[in-house]
Amino acid sequence: MTGELAMIVAILVPLAGAGLIAASHRHPNQREAATLVTASALFILVLSLLLPVMEGERPATTLWQILPGLSIALEIEPLGMVFALVASFLWIVTSVYSIGYMRGHHEENQTRFYVCFAVAISSAIGVAFSANMFTLFIFYEVLTLSTYPLVTHHGTDEARRGGRTYLGLLLLTSIAFQLLAIVWTWSVAGTLDFSAGGILAEKASPVVLGVLFVLYMFGIGKAALMPFHRWLPAAMVAPTPVSALLHAVAVVKAGVFTVVKVTVYIFGADLLAGLEARQLILFVASFTIIGASLVAMRQDNLKRRLAYSTVSQLSYVVLGALLITDSSIIGSGIHIAMHAFGKITLFFCAGAILVAAHKTNISEMDGLGWTMPVTMLAFLIGALSIIGLPPLGGSWSKYLMILGAAQSEQYIFVVVLMVSTLLNIAYLIPPVVRSFFVLPGNTSGARPQINEAPAACLAAICVTAAGSIALFFFVDSLYALLEPIVMVPG
Amino acid sequence: MIAAHYPALQIALPLIAAPLCVLLRRGTWAWLVTVAVSWTALYVSVQLLLQVLASGPISYELGGWAAPWGIEYRVDSVNAFVLLIVSGISAISAPYAYKSVIHEIPEHQHYLFYSAYLLCLTGLLGIVITGDAFNVFVFLEISSLSSYVLISLGKDRKAVTAAYQYLVMGTIGATFFLIGVGLIYAMTGTLNMADIANRIDQVQNTRTVLAAFAFITVGLGLKLALFPLHLWLPNAYAYAPSVVTVFLAATATKVAIYTMLRFVFTLFGTDFALDVTLLAEFLMALALVGVFAASITAIFQNNIKRMLAYSSVAQVGYMMLGVSFFSVTGLTGGIVHLFNHAMMKGALFMALGAIFFRVGSVHIDRIRGLGKQMPFTMFAFVIGGLSLIGIPLTVGFISKWYLILAALERGWWPIAGLVLLSSLLAIVYVWRVVEVAYFRDPPTNHPKVTEAPLSLLVPTWILVLANIYFGVDTTLTVGVADTAAKVLLGLGQ
Amino acid sequence: MDFFLGHYNYWIFIFLMMLGFYVVVARGNLVKKIIGLNIFQASVFLLYISIGKVLGGTAPIIIDGYGTDPVIYSNPLPHVLILTAIVVGVATTALGLSLVVRINEAYGTIEEDEISEMDREP
Repeated sequence: MTGELAMIVAILVPLAGAGLIAASHRHPNQREAATLVTASALFILVLSLLLPVMEGERPATTLWQILPGLSIALEIEPLGMVFALVASFLWIVTSVYSIGYMRGHHEENQTRFYVCFAVAISSAIGVAFSANMFTLFIFYEVLTLSTYPLVTHHGTDEARRGGRTYLGLLLLTSIAFQLLAIVWTWSVAGTLDFSAGGILAEKASPVVLGVLFVLYMFGIGKAALMPFHRWLPAAMVAPTPVSALLHAVAVVKAGVFTVVKVTVYIFGADLLAGLEARQLILFVASFTIIGASLVAMRQDNLKRRLAYSTVSQLSYVVLGALLITDSSIIGSGIHIAMHAFGKITLFFCAGAILVAAHKTNISEMDGLGWTMPVTMLAFLIGALSIIGLPPLGGSWSKYLMILGAAQSEQYIFVVVLMVSTLLNIAYLIPPVVRSFFVLPGNTSGARPQINEAPAACLAAICVTAAGSIALFFFVDSLYALLEPIVMVPG
Repeated sequence: MIAAHYPALQIALPLIAAPLCVLLRRGTWAWLVTVAVSWTALYVSVQLLLQVLASGPISYELGGWAAPWGIEYRVDSVNAFVLLIVSGISAISAPYAYKSVIHEIPEHQHYLFYSAYLLCLTGLLGIVITGDAFNVFVFLEISSLSSYVLISLGKDRKAVTAAYQYLVMGTIGATFFLIGVGLIYAMTGTLNMADIANRIDQVQNTRTVLAAFAFITVGLGLKLALFPLHLWLPNAYAYAPSVVTVFLAATATKVAIYTMLRFVFTLFGTDFALDVTLLAEFLMALALVGVFAASITAIFQNNIKRMLAYSSVAQVGYMMLGVSFFSVTGLTGGIVHLFNHAMMKGALFMALGAIFFRVGSVHIDRIRGLGKQMPFTMFAFVIGGLSLIGIPLTVGFISKWYLILAALERGWWPIAGLVLLSSLLAIVYVWRVVEVAYFRDPPTNHPKVTEAPLSLLVPTWILVLANIYFGVDTTLTVGVADTAAKVLLGLGQ
Repeated sequence: MDFFLGHYNYWIFIFLMMLGFYVVVARGNLVKKIIGLNIFQASVFLLYISIGKVLGGTAPIIIDGYGTDPVIYSNPLPHVLILTAIVVGVATTALGLSLVVRINEAYGTIEEDEISEMDREP
């Protein structure tokens, strides 16, 4: 199969899977098998593209022209490759986890759940492989719409409220700001193609460029820059697999991925360097990093705490991209993968705790480490990766970003990253400490029975936790893959 | 050579068929006649469009009397496109009518309904095709009078008051228009549009022509429901029978907008219109205020049909906004939105009609849980709604794209921002419905409902798919709208 | 002064138009509204007839014997147009009145404020 075809098929496979899942809605086993088969097929497909891309191939194809000069086109470049790989691999893991979780938790409407999930993955892959901003925008919107039924899955008042915030904020930012920026870009540059070095150079006045840049940054609501971050905590009403894959990986990573794409391929590093608006967004991102961490510390609900942590971590990527040094941009790209593995582990654990112990708040987790040892250990690994301690993946991306900040002599951002690390420790370690060292008072010292989550959940947790460790050792190949994105031709 | 007489056939056919329906006296036969006529009209208008695109405007002398004394039917790319919209919508809603009419209208009135429907079609097609200013008035009244009748056939008694209100407002509008035409005639001595366009230069600066312009714009403004002259519309659409709402919402205001375009751009001329102090700014302000006011009102409606009716007022605002840019891009946006809005509102009202057919109400409380009970209908509604919002890959996106582009071309980026902000209001009212239909349990005190019959679903889905098709393949719509915009601005054939 | 007297027919047109319009807007009785609408429309007929009048012209009828002499006669076209408009006006009135009958059957009143009062309740 040629790269071009594989690329199109990669987007179609999950859609076909969605059809299969819907068709077998009466047979849960068959349905779940369909999900797993689709997920594996997708991963193999994406994997088959990896080698050619590492060798420098850039499969590209134009599917359809909507208006003159405005087309739906696909192209793979390294950053998209990383995103697609992470998303498709974690889909398999999450599918396994979902089976345990959804059954263990006796959820309703499971078919709708799996169908929407598959559609969301398809659009995430679409985002990853988009060759121009217009195509990306289409998949971006499909991703929003297809995840909405997942957020409101429970249909309770709370879920509907959460869904409203979710959809409202994401559509508000994407339509009011991002679409405006896209049309504007098109009207000044005449193209929306992602091309190395950017397309806007010498096309508009600095003021217009500044406004455009701010519109893009806030318009990409999925990157959750404050003050447009509220949708992410709101999305936590969803079942845990959704929070895990979509709101720690696919959706939010689609956001920061778009941010990196826009900085690197629409504006270009040279143009951005002279833009004052960049400084503004850098401070917004820093504020988000610190602010969200502080909010996270005050959350008792575990999933909400993780959500605020994600908000903070997403701004790392934005910060890294906007520092526009080579190492910080690559660091951003790597962080997309590192944070994905770390955070999905944490969410899996939160879900496992809910299924096995029916607990959602940190204050109730006393002594849980003894009943659910595997889960809590995995939680520790995920937490350490997010904090950025070796030998865990998260340490590399943080290192590269700090290096970038130092290289560009913007020492204040070095400080921001340092402080943030301390805050990470402050909000991620206490749950672990509590679960192992604080025992519930009434059991009077007797060790409680082991009561772990379903096996499918545990398996998934172990895989992602192991992944966080493995990534520490394989970071050089990731680095090599991403290196071309900072090389501007000529 | 029948092809040479297509312009006359377009009008004559429905006009003759209308009394035929009365003679037949049987609902089913009248329906068959209506379907046949609608599809023939569609065929004719496709042929006309093809002819125009291939070989330029067609001029047809009615009864062999040469213009400017005789009445001329003149088809260029602008009205060929509008003819296609009107007859296309009619061709799709006529099959839909059968079951819906049986459900909503007493049997002894069926043949009268179809006869009025055909008259309305005649009037709308006539307004569009004619090249004679007074003839426009005649057709305007044919379509208006028949639409008053159609609206009054609604099940709710409010339908009658709505029809009465519309009659009063509509007559005032038409009479204003008549005054305007009279004044133009007094100044130019002709009623042929092409002739008027040639002669109006010499009298351009007189107060009479200015007064004529004012009367015509206000009169047509009433007809096309330009904010704040829209008061008749919400009730008329909300209480009319479902098919009537589909048909009128998708065609009537579009035809009025076409007439407005024709008079402002072709008859008076762009230069004249731009000379009128603040006209463009005034139209733009009205359009924007209309978009926001109507969208916000729509959010607070509990009757979904009424909600969509307010949304129609807002959409008229978009079209007028496109016009008020007085540029090719803006006009293209406005004209393409004529077509696109017909597609989306047609689909939405058809889906609502199907809901009314099964549930017997379009109140927001009664659609709870319909996402499961009527999956195809509700999904059609969702896609129509997304199109209304302007999500990419639907027609709504194409319209928004051109409107924003037109604003940016002029450097008015706050206006572009306002257009986008207003689409967010559309999200709010569309999503209210979606949320209730999908994430609420069905009411327990009402019997369970099932999916709508195929004869309602198929036309609905044809329009829904058209929403997607023309959102992806824009060569026809944007291509024609672009040519039409250039014709109107006098930049090409 | 000449401007006012010389155009007296137009002044009548404007007066009638405003009168009719006022009745439509101000009256709550649906039948009276229709009457106002009629006056409003009739005023336009007057406008058209005035436009067609040529000073000193006769009726636009060709009689044998006049064939060769140049004769000034009023423009017949507005008359024809207004015939059409009258027909439209009659149709509008008829339809309007029949709607009023239907409203009376459904509501038991033809006063606008009472009707809107009844519509508000449910």
